[in-house]
Amino acid sequence: MLIDHPILGPRDAAEFVYKGDAMLIHRPDWQAEDAVAQFTDYGYLRDNPAGLHRELWFHEQGDRSWLVVTRDTTTHEITKVELARDVARAEGRSR
Amino acid sequence: MHYSGFKVIKEALTGHRGWGPAWRDATPKAQYDYVIIGGGGHGLATAYYLAKEFKQARIAVLEKGWIGGGNVGRNTTIIRSNYLLDGNEPFYEFSLKLWEGLEQDLNYNAMVSQRGILNLIHSDAQRDAFVRRGNAMILNGADAELLSTAQIVERYPFLNVNNARFPIKGGLAQHRGGTVRHDAVAWGYARAADRRGVDIIQNCEVTGFRIENGTCKGVETSRGFIGAGKVASCVAGSSSRLMEKAGMRLPIESHVLQAFVSEGLKPLLPGVITFGAGHFYCSQSDKGGLVFGGDLDGYNSYAQRGNLPVVEDVCEGGMAIFPNLGRARLLRMWGGIMDMSMDGSPIIDRTHIDGLYFNGGWCYGGFKATPASGFAYAHLLATDTPHKTATAYRFDRFATGHMIDEKGMGNQPNLH
Repeated sequence: MLIDHPILGPRDAAEFVYKGDAMLIHRPDWQAEDAVAQFTDYGYLRDNPAGLHRELWFHEQGDRSWLVVTRDTTTHEITKVELARDVARAEGRSR
Repeated sequence: MHYSGFKVIKEALTGHRGWGPAWRDATPKAQYDYVIIGGGGHGLATAYYLAKEFKQARIAVLEKGWIGGGNVGRNTTIIRSNYLLDGNEPFYEFSLKLWEGLEQDLNYNAMVSQRGILNLIHSDAQRDAFVRRGNAMILNGADAELLSTAQIVERYPFLNVNNARFPIKGGLAQHRGGTVRHDAVAWGYARAADRRGVDIIQNCEVTGFRIENGTCKGVETSRGFIGAGKVASCVAGSSSRLMEKAGMRLPIESHVLQAFVSEGLKPLLPGVITFGAGHFYCSQSDKGGLVFGGDLDGYNSYAQRGNLPVVEDVCEGGMAIFPNLGRARLLRMWGGIMDMSMDGSPIIDRTHIDGLYFNGGWCYGGFKATPASGFAYAHLLATDTPHKTATAYRFDRFATGHMIDEKGMGNQPNLH
């Protein structure tokens, strides 16, 4: 698989480490009333879809950036690659 | 029809005209007491033990494809019970004991071969870990023996014990481990369940659950609605996809694991060996092919095929201990989809929906667990209490902090 890095261009997927579902960007608020339940969901439950999946990849053997890759889990075809920091900011994370 | 040596001889002399189908091609009835979703090894074993051990009737197994076409036909056929943790070891040892009596029980030749499994040791720290594991196995009634390098060379003279990076310093052997003909497990359980009245319904895909007031009343399928007293999901690999139809999210990611077979060779490898410094396990099938596998590809996948970097990684692991493997040509390779759970251990439990039960999360250890998984699941379905060897396989262990994490990797499914 090739991952089309937004800055570096197409790179071999073997240079990356896979983390998992991109919802992991949104760490729950530890001060929330139901923080325990939220962290249980965050830590252990996954949508695990068959089809398009937004997921985090870390460019460990490259520029060490985190990417959000949109990939079809039934074909392995990658349709979109974004910097995770851009995604996080666009989705309301402050840092 | 009972299979026996006498029957084989009689058929050989009369032109093999007396063999019938091993199981009926059942059409679905409107209502069952138990509907088991998934006609793989675990689903068929569940149906068989429900009928045989727990004297239940009106059981159906629904399979979206054909019997033996899923992971039960895609694995590397190894059986063993060399686990460390209390939540796991009694269960897998129970499974190994069921394997030992399986063929007589099913009246089917599943080619159970207790040729032994050997986990190689490459460092002092690993020896300590394996000694501990061996002791845990012995405490739970399994067999384990620590072998020296000299003892290993005697049995496996072709192993490269002097690899500069990963020398072989010994091994932990379980002599009762071995291999089983995987398709025969599916066929044997299917036939034995069918003989006890279980309806095996192929080409019948579950498309939804009928849930009324928090109780599961049955399943919608490609062949119409089927009512059920209890519905049992048993579709490891596709668990998230199925349970999503009941509104559940699972502590599971689906990953692809590849396996490989070399061309047929003369007898070379007497048992099962595993590389302790990388991820490689290998046995030789009775047809002569070396059957081997390694790590997951590492990303969520339902594609049933993997990519080349893992092929390279597995073959490098093999070459490190087993240099003459390089002379063999690879004949076939394929992928299967694993339910990778968050702690590397399975789930056999009720769900929050009455009448809906779940069995899954087998990671890549499902095949060896087939008999015990079926038995424990049948126990849960028939009595609504977990089997004594499967009490730890609960859904809520993640919320309560009772993970069964053999490798100590945390909640990262692709590392288990």
